[in-house]
Amino acid sequence: MREFLPEAFTLGCFLLYLVLSMKKRSPRLGALAVGLSFLGFLLSLWDLGQRGEFFNGAYRVDGLSQVFKVIIALGLFLVFGMGKEREDAERGYGAEFYAFLTLSAFGLMVLVSACELLTLFLALELSSYSLYLVLPLRREMPSQALEGGVKYLLFGAMASGITLYGMGYLYALSGSTRLEALVLQGEALEGLALILVFCGLFFKLSLFPFHFWAPDVYQGASNPTAAFIAGVPKVGALAVLLRFVALTPETEVLIRILWVFSALSMTFGNLSALVQRDLKRLLAYSGIAHAGYLMLGIISFEDLGRVSATYYVIVYLFMTLGAFMAVLFLLDSRGNPSLDDLRGLYRRSPLLAFTLAVSAFSLVGIPPTGGFMGKLLLFTSAFKAGYLYLVIIGAVNTALSLFYYLNLVRLSYCREPEGVLGEIRLGPFQKALCLGLIAVIIYLGLFPTVLERLLGAALTT
Amino acid sequence: MGLFENPLPYDALSTIIFLPLSGALLILLFRGERAARVMALIFSLANLALSLPLLFLFDPSLSGFQFVELREWFPGLGLKYALGIDGISLPLVLLTVLLSPICVLCSWRAIEQRVRAFMFCLLLMETSMIGVFCSLDFVLFYIFWEGMLIPMYLLIAIWGGPRKDYASLKFFIYTLVGSVFLLVAIVALYLKQGTFFIPDLLFKSYDYRFQFWVFLAFAIAFAIKVPMFPFHTWLPAAHVEAPTAGSVFLASILLKMGSYGFLRFCFGLTPEAAQKLAPIIVILSIVAIIYAGFLCLGQQDMKRLIAYSSVAHMGFVTLGLFSFKLWGLKGAMLQMLNHGVTTGALFLCVGILYERTHSRLIADNSGLGKVMPWFVAFFGLFCFSSFGFPGTNNFVGELFVLLGAFETNKVMALFVIPGPILAAAYMLRLLKRTIWKDGETSPLEDLTLREVLYLLPLAVAVIWMGFAPRGILGLMESSLRLYLEAVKGAM
Repeated sequence: MREFLPEAFTLGCFLLYLVLSMKKRSPRLGALAVGLSFLGFLLSLWDLGQRGEFFNGAYRVDGLSQVFKVIIALGLFLVFGMGKEREDAERGYGAEFYAFLTLSAFGLMVLVSACELLTLFLALELSSYSLYLVLPLRREMPSQALEGGVKYLLFGAMASGITLYGMGYLYALSGSTRLEALVLQGEALEGLALILVFCGLFFKLSLFPFHFWAPDVYQGASNPTAAFIAGVPKVGALAVLLRFVALTPETEVLIRILWVFSALSMTFGNLSALVQRDLKRLLAYSGIAHAGYLMLGIISFEDLGRVSATYYVIVYLFMTLGAFMAVLFLLDSRGNPSLDDLRGLYRRSPLLAFTLAVSAFSLVGIPPTGGFMGKLLLFTSAFKAGYLYLVIIGAVNTALSLFYYLNLVRLSYCREPEGVLGEIRLGPFQKALCLGLIAVIIYLGLFPTVLERLLGAALTT
Repeated sequence: MGLFENPLPYDALSTIIFLPLSGALLILLFRGERAARVMALIFSLANLALSLPLLFLFDPSLSGFQFVELREWFPGLGLKYALGIDGISLPLVLLTVLLSPICVLCSWRAIEQRVRAFMFCLLLMETSMIGVFCSLDFVLFYIFWEGMLIPMYLLIAIWGGPRKDYASLKFFIYTLVGSVFLLVAIVALYLKQGTFFIPDLLFKSYDYRFQFWVFLAFAIAFAIKVPMFPFHTWLPAAHVEAPTAGSVFLASILLKMGSYGFLRFCFGLTPEAAQKLAPIIVILSIVAIIYAGFLCLGQQDMKRLIAYSSVAHMGFVTLGLFSFKLWGLKGAMLQMLNHGVTTGALFLCVGILYERTHSRLIADNSGLGKVMPWFVAFFGLFCFSSFGFPGTNNFVGELFVLLGAFETNKVMALFVIPGPILAAAYMLRLLKRTIWKDGETSPLEDLTLREVLYLLPLAVAVIWMGFAPRGILGLMESSLRLYLEAVKGAM
């Protein structure tokens, strides 16, 4: 049973929260959730070396799945750990919040192990449905939260439909729903079918043109939920993409479409982010741009590309959550911070300002942060596979994105707020988390060897 | 190309790179502003002392890299932690370690807010600047090259003048735009040769098409850093708004990274493209010399004037480099050092005045001859040096550059001649207006001991390099020859 430990534990946690949600008040729920999610992270780390195939090969526990389970569990822990809203979440929808995010993480864990089309689809839906439920759970701004929830639901349903349609094609072409049995010859139709299947994943990744939900959903969701959606589901979706890419030959159609999506996603995301005033919308567009960067690793169809994309998504998780630290703590209320709320952050909380600065520099890709090393890996892999123009578009986009990321730093360090704003008090745990994020981001920028070796061993086919 | 082991029992280059960084981290641990100042001074002085063995043990007869340190860093991409210096980088490293304590001293009183963060940034700058000159791995080079952006940005954006916001942003965007193409070119080189290790990449014959694009990507990054006309517009803004120490670092070291890059990479990696595209660079250099000279004549702000004069001086550097003559190369190297010493000193002088009068306008700082005689003595010396008065350092450098330029193309070189004349005109105008004035001048405090202490080494350097440049020339000669051969061989 040890092979299923991370999934089983996460599912157990979900059930526990579900029971707790029936109680009127459950004190210390936040601390419990942080503790349990940390335990989940440790368990998935302990299970890193597990290998096996189950349910007739529909469910595979291999290097790829185990690495991504660790990342997902870590993301869940970080999101819970960041929680400032814990105390008031406990007044309102506390247990449900934890329950459904945990369930979503469980869905993602199943997703990264799924090796059969139906299992994959079920896992994808499981992770989406729990998010549909958790999105409207927001006391302040209920109408916006509802708007975000409905948008996510509609776009999600649409994407799922397209995915199913593509799966139908794949089944018709190969006569099997098992991934290894998809004997693909690299024909155009197969490429098209794969693209259709990928639509559901692109939706999760918020890759152009499946990105429309992202800004509204980020804006409508409560801040910790937005942090979760910004990071964790993208990790899961990337894992499935990698699994597909490892199995399929390079088809011309597939490559072309990926190329176009990647270029447009980077450019569109960055250009739109330039004009945002709402911090969360800005991060949503930044996420769209980063989905485009990730495609640089997918498109090369090589081991280096797969490792690069995984490396980058790990760094992305850390840096985007670092930026979300600021989103969470900037306002006394639980509203959506605008860029102007960043003014004077340096005085209000030097540590938070520094965390945001390091995350922002890493999101641009400036050394010595992890974002730089990730981009170097991605650029190298795509360049090696011959996509010079895509690399140049990526490089131009890096310069383009500098403006709005630097603006975050500029506002928090060089601008004074209009009124007098109080100090932001971080708890000791949040302080440790901030320091940890900074340390990890810089560590991944300077010493990539350990993680790269690990990923290389786990992902190489 | 030759790599020579480190004769010292410790990692000499790693030490001088990371000592300032450890000082910076230590500053963060301690509270108190005075402690931060003292600690920054101690660490930068210690670094100066520790870099002296490099000078004494450096063998000028060797053209390869010396004091080499080579370790595995990231085998996944073949990255190495590789450091080494040759005759081109050693003088620049020495300039950096010399100016760092001076920058700490000149900020002693001028910086009153967030002192710890300021000193942290200064030491971080020192680390990355030395790192740039010592790196023998392209990715390591790029990390230092970019890593310096963040502290420099903060120096301008936090402690800068009224338009700091605009200036710092412009600085950052200009530099980063150049750098991303640098990164693409570096990756292209890696894919060509399968390594990021610079000595393995240098002096190989790549096909011309490849050279052309790599040269272009490099040249944009370096031209922005130098800055060459027409990429120079970030410089006056950044200089005017930066605090004194920031201006000194910017003028004296950061700009040199551009010309260093031209020499090391455009000559070493893409000699054929450098040959073919040299006329463009030469014309842009001449335009910069003349155009910036005229701009200087009209400036009211002292810092702005010196900033534009930097553009002209750096024009001499690129002109010397792309003359492809030994004279020109030597002159360019000398000009890099001279500009570092003289312009750095001029910025220090303006900083000293600004601390007293709180204005950088020439009109507000006139009539100093009576009240600040010591200051005027130093200021006069540096102004004279700046326009290349015989007996000062710039004279030698400009002479060499002109010799090289004339040797290459007489007609082209004639166009440079107005440059030094313009320099004399604007520097003397500045000097005249600051020293003399009709009527009484309100009393100002003359130089304090601290200020004399940090101006004196630079004054000594100005005269020493003016009269006896042979020592420094001897250090770099064999390395310069190597690069010159590379370019000539590609003809």
